[in-house]
Amino acid sequence: MRSALLALASLTLVAAQPAPVALDALLAETPAPTLAAYRLFTDAKATQPNSRVTPYTLNTPLFSDYALKHRYVFVPPGKTIGYRASGVLDFPVGTALVKTFAYPADLRVKGSPERFLETRLLIRKADGWAAYPYVWNADGSAAVLKKAGARLDAGWIHSDGTPRNVRWSVPNVNQCKGCHASGEAITPIGPKAWNLGATQLASWTRLGLMAAATGVPKVPAWDDASAPVAIRARAYIDVNCAHCHTAKGPASNSGLYLEWDQPDRVAQGLGKRPVAAGRASAGLDFAIAPGHPDASILVHRMESTEPGIMMPELGRTLMHAEGVALVRAYVAGLTP
Amino acid sequence: MKKLLLLSAVLFAAPPALARTIVVDAKADAREAIQTALIEAQPGDVVELPVGTFALDEGLSLDVDGVTVKGAGPDRTILSFKGQTGAGEGLLVTSDRVLLTGFAVEDSKGDGIKSKGADKITFHDLRVEWTGGPKPTNGAYGVYPVSSSNILVDKVTVRGASDAGIYVGQSSNIIVRNSLAEYNVAGIEIENSTNADVHDNVTTHNTGAILIFDLPDLPVMGGHSTRIFRNKIVANDTPNFAPKGNIVASVPMGTGVMVMANRSVHVFDNDFADNATAHVMVVAYPQAINDASYNPLPREVFVGANRFGKGGWDPGFPGGKELAAAAGGALPPVVWDGAESWTIKGEVKGEPVKLGFAGGKLMSFGMPQAPTDPTKAKPALIDVPTTPVSFPPEVRLPADQPGVS
Repeated sequence: MRSALLALASLTLVAAQPAPVALDALLAETPAPTLAAYRLFTDAKATQPNSRVTPYTLNTPLFSDYALKHRYVFVPPGKTIGYRASGVLDFPVGTALVKTFAYPADLRVKGSPERFLETRLLIRKADGWAAYPYVWNADGSAAVLKKAGARLDAGWIHSDGTPRNVRWSVPNVNQCKGCHASGEAITPIGPKAWNLGATQLASWTRLGLMAAATGVPKVPAWDDASAPVAIRARAYIDVNCAHCHTAKGPASNSGLYLEWDQPDRVAQGLGKRPVAAGRASAGLDFAIAPGHPDASILVHRMESTEPGIMMPELGRTLMHAEGVALVRAYVAGLTP
Repeated sequence: MKKLLLLSAVLFAAPPALARTIVVDAKADAREAIQTALIEAQPGDVVELPVGTFALDEGLSLDVDGVTVKGAGPDRTILSFKGQTGAGEGLLVTSDRVLLTGFAVEDSKGDGIKSKGADKITFHDLRVEWTGGPKPTNGAYGVYPVSSSNILVDKVTVRGASDAGIYVGQSSNIIVRNSLAEYNVAGIEIENSTNADVHDNVTTHNTGAILIFDLPDLPVMGGHSTRIFRNKIVANDTPNFAPKGNIVASVPMGTGVMVMANRSVHVFDNDFADNATAHVMVVAYPQAINDASYNPLPREVFVGANRFGKGGWDPGFPGGKELAAAAGGALPPVVWDGAESWTIKGEVKGEPVKLGFAGGKLMSFGMPQAPTDPTKAKPALIDVPTTPVSFPPEVRLPADQPGVS
């Protein structure tokens, strides 16, 4: 009788334990038609991460029309992330990087109800990374794969109290590569040691996701007003530009390389003439004219919302006023 | 028997790829239908675009090797990007062995059709056009292969590009032929590239017809070996409408062929006429440089036998009128700025440029050091060798270049 009770108890326990992340779905050759199929979350609304699905944040995120982003990393049981002081961390096969884009009803209110737009998956398969966009339905109960992307109308109350609207563009799988390409391969952009920060990496080590991280570069968050402007601006420019503007990136041919630690002044844009900018040059001579934000093509293209001029080319339709202000202050402080 | 079984197993495991034709539904949402076809195509497939004008609000892209994108003809299948709100170009190709044929791209907000990092890419029977005529707000490049190799541009028409109609950058092994470039700032431009044949094209009503350039501060420099032959380079008479800051904004109206800072360029058997600035200009890079690995001088440029009509009567650069007057009313067919040295980090460097002209005499503006200032020219007719010092090789594309029968 006692053993029967025990058995019953353990049965109950088993029933209460949600099924683990569907590693087979992550590693399948074709992507699952729905986000739910991966079991990355235990609820249909994708707010409760499953076991081994760990939320994380970036010190300096890519600007995406003021959308909130919920990021998670899943590492398969028995595997760990390899630490790298520079570049993207070495994620094992079976890793999933999960990013949900959402707008709160009111950006000023903490905990304001959110509408999920899309969840992007970057999956580390045996032969490299693959990127898939899943688009949420109107009531946020299910997300389905949209390889060709989608357009969604979204709105929120902005930090200044005014209502804002965007035509949200879910990237198609080729556009995913437009930002995530490195040479022929796809690569994550955000999870680099300098942008995750030593504190967060130490927590990953405690959770058993990664061996101890040493020599993590100290780069302040872009909005940390206590840190010097130049390093914050270079970090901001890195996150928003350097996924393309790097020697192996989609904008390699520009010769404009915008990593936060790029040592070459001309490659950083200082006194660099445009090559293929066309009308986006706006009659200006240099990507960055030290001391003169108004004479800098880089600032002009960050301020534009016109396709063919605005940078980045993908992923935003609004100007990021706070980011532009930071970059303007940086350029104004540069000496020729 | 065992061997036979194994063999058939192998055959089953790797069946020969069957090329499919994916016909895009003309009635569906154009962006979604075309983009889905471009994503789901497999190597060997043909994506067929139907007859009609399709309004696209977003750029299209292809990243699958070995795909043909085929329309019903450049005046029958039209991709219109007039209402484009996203992406930097109309169509972007990032895969290898791709053939684009039989359609038009109109009014894209950025470039028209771009390939990046593509090998064996063929642009055939296409039209890229900004339909409002020459305007600085038009996109920069019409047909735009960059960081690519084995490039064929054949039977393409480009109108209205605010930089170059057909622009090949940082690429190698290139043929541009049988094409029409008109009402662009630059008709055809080969930049920081090696081994190019530009032949049997018509370049007219551009600001400048054919530009062979090499620019500093880029990952691929040292462009060389281009042959320009059997082209019609006539009446390039559109005022420069390039946005300032771009190198082509410095190209004067009425330029035929301009060779800047490039090496081993041959110009022969072309028809030149009615180019007000000059038929052939050979010049150094016009700006100060701080890239020590860059050579701003044109070198080993040879102008062979061409047919030269009226030209050079109204050179559109500062000091040009005075130079034309000094030459008796019009510049001769071939002019050179005269630079054989430049300064880099305070040090003067230089080398002989080894120009040649079958006509024996060309005009030097007598400005020995780049960057030059044409208002300080000391023009003179000088004797140059009538035979070339180098021979750019004929460009041969690989046997499996798509679209070459």
